Amino acid sequence: MTYSPPLEIFDRPTTPLIITRSFPGRYDSLASIGDFVRGMSEKAGLDTFAVYTVEMAVDEACSNIIEHAYQGEDIGPIACTCKISNDGLTIILEDEGRPFDPNAVAPPDLTSNLEDRPTHGLGLHFIRQWMDEVHYEFQPGRGNRLTLYKKRPPALKKNNTRKR
Amino acid sequence: MEITHTQYKHCDLVKVKGRVDSYTAPQLSETFNKITEEGRFKIALDMSELDFMSSAGLRALINTQKVCKRYNRGELVLVAVPENIRAALDLAGFIPLFKIYDDVLTAIGNF
Repeated sequence: MTYSPPLEIFDRPTTPLIITRSFPGRYDSLASIGDFVRGMSEKAGLDTFAVYTVEMAVDEACSNIIEHAYQGEDIGPIACTCKISNDGLTIILEDEGRPFDPNAVAPPDLTSNLEDRPTHGLGLHFIRQWMDEVHYEFQPGRGNRLTLYKKRPPALKKNNTRKR
Repeated sequence: MEITHTQYKHCDLVKVKGRVDSYTAPQLSETFNKITEEGRFKIALDMSELDFMSSAGLRALINTQKVCKRYNRGELVLVAVPENIRAALDLAGFIPLFKIYDDVLTAIGNF
C-alpha cells in the first residue's frame, strides 16, 4: 500500500513561499500584477471574495504608486513580493518614487449627496477596509514600501483543497 | 476590457466586459461622455460579464451619474452586478446612488 499524504500538506506550506516579480510602473501593468497576486492568493488558500479584495487592494496601491510616487508612467518599476505563510498572504509593494504616505490621506466622505461625492480617496479606503494589516514605510534612497497582509479565515483551512 | 454600446429610442445600453482599472477606465468614461454629449442621459450599464472594477471604474460611474441626474434629465442604472463588485459598490457607499436591476430588459423597461 502506498502512502498518499493529505492534500492539505501541499496546499498549506509549512515554510513560507516567497515570490518577487518586478513590473514596469505603467497602468497597462495592472492586469499582469492582478494576475500574479490573484494566482498567489489562490495558492495561499484564500476564498473567492478574499482573493478579489487582495487583487483590488494591490491594484489601488499600484495605481497610487504610478500616480503619486512616480507622478507619471514609465518613471520606475514596481516590485511586488508575495509571501504565503500558514496563516495567510503578505504582499509587499516597493517603488523608487517620492514619498507617498497613505496614512496622510484622509478617509473619503461616503455619506454626502451625489453632487458632493468626492471622486478621489476611494482606493485607500478599499485597502484599509479590506486588508487585515497595512504598513507603510519610506526608505530614504530607496523609496516607498507598502506591506499588506490578508489573513486566511481559520474555517477555510479544512476545505482548502482547490488546485489551479 | 471590451465595451459594446447599443442605442435605443429612449435610452442607451452599455455593456462592459473584463477588467476596468486605471488603464482601461478612461475608455469607459469616454463611452459615457460620448452618449451624454449627444444629450442622452438615460443609460443602463450591463455588468454581467465584468470581472473586476477598481476605484478608477467607480469614479467613471459616479461622474457619469452626476451628469445624468443633473436637472432630473436621466440617470445611469446598473444591471447584473457581480457579487464581488457589488461588495465594492457597497463599501464605497454607492448603493444608495444607483438603481440596480437583475436583467437588461427590466432596466430598459423602467426608463
